[in-house]
Amino acid sequence: MEVGVLNLVGAGLVVIGAGLGLGKIGGSAMDAIARQPEAAGKIQTAMIIIAALLEGLAFAALILGK
Amino acid sequence: MVFSGKFIKNTLTALIAVFPLLSFANPDQDTLNIKAGSTAYTKEHAVQDEHAPQDKNDKINAYIDHHLQDSHDFVFFSDESTGEHYGFPLPVIVFDDGLHVFSSARFHHGEEVAEVDGNYYAMHHGKIYKTDANGTMKFDEHGHAENEKPLDFSITKNVITMLFVCVLMFLMFVGLAKSYKKGPLPTGFGRVLEPLIIFIRDEVAVPNIGEKKYRKYMGFLLTVFFFIWILNLLGMTPLGVNVTGNISVTVCLALFTYFITQFSANKDYWKHIFWMPDVPVPMKIILMPIEILGTLTKPFALLIRLFANITAGHVVIMSLIAMMFVGKNLVADMPISLGLTLFISVIELLVAFLQAFIFTMLSSLFIGMAVQDHHHEEDHDAHTEEEPIII
Repeated sequence: MEVGVLNLVGAGLVVIGAGLGLGKIGGSAMDAIARQPEAAGKIQTAMIIIAALLEGLAFAALILGK
Repeated sequence: MVFSGKFIKNTLTALIAVFPLLSFANPDQDTLNIKAGSTAYTKEHAVQDEHAPQDKNDKINAYIDHHLQDSHDFVFFSDESTGEHYGFPLPVIVFDDGLHVFSSARFHHGEEVAEVDGNYYAMHHGKIYKTDANGTMKFDEHGHAENEKPLDFSITKNVITMLFVCVLMFLMFVGLAKSYKKGPLPTGFGRVLEPLIIFIRDEVAVPNIGEKKYRKYMGFLLTVFFFIWILNLLGMTPLGVNVTGNISVTVCLALFTYFITQFSANKDYWKHIFWMPDVPVPMKIILMPIEILGTLTKPFALLIRLFANITAGHVVIMSLIAMMFVGKNLVADMPISLGLTLFISVIELLVAFLQAFIFTMLSSLFIGMAVQDHHHEEDHDAHTEEEPIII
């Protein structure tokens, strides 16, 4: 296979990983908010931070792979 | 107050009206010619770019690449059939055995060689190279130019946009500060800014840095937040600027966070990096390089995140607009393309805010980690035990 094709496969893998991670974060945050609606604000902030960290990793992989 | 209410209202209305329709209007200009079936490039264009794209897809890719790059002139749109560019030139400042200042109009959009004080300069893919009177360029086997590059301090499109944002922010915040002299309530546009400033203080700075120490860092956090946000929003306008999607800009912003974090760090922070307490000695030795690397990866993630998010957003929007010209039927593809573009544009408005917020949030988190007092952790443990557990 050519390098270009492998790059695309790698990008796909990165997106799958990031998608799984974001799904887990979002799902857990939803559970937590449902359990403690009064803490929704704090949970959201924490969720956004973790999501941003994950996103940073995914983007780093995509850019370094390009 | 610098801005009157009516001015703001009119500007906002105009902006909202043009946002979805004209956002990245440039590809229309480019692709109209594709629709007419004229793929022939003008002679000048072919000379400037040796591997001039002939295929429709290559052309779109070249257009998107060009948009993402910084440039030495401010071109709003160009007419391909006549080879004319509509915009204005910006000053070029190069340091090359002495400082040379001249207008980028002398390059004629990269098509001609500029002669300045006996030196010849040519432009290739938006970069300035030293050359001879004929503009001869040397290339290696990968097509990279091998000519000597002078030190380039030009006022480019990105620089002029950043200067504009600086002036804008100065006017906005001086106006806000002045309005407090009249009374406790801000007037005019200050009413938009005050809640945002309070949001950054109460939701970002105070929880992350701490009640006692946050004041010192508010200046940096607020500046960075508004700077990134306004630049992100400007990137959504048809002006076609892409400042926060330029890696040099984000590197610089992340370096600010890095140095502020390192220089405000206390004894505990350094102790946790070089000699982690409460772990066995072999572990301490293993952890030291990891922790040192950790201080560098944090700002690295910060700069990559902002750069990649904004670049990705611009590429997606431009690709969606281009979609209508790649398909077989222009009329059938147009509503799909426009609908998707509008949808992504609205998401990008959210992303513009979110990225500015995340940058500020993580910066304050890193600063907070460096300045926090460490007896705080034991207090925290004791505190959680007392709290009733709700299931």
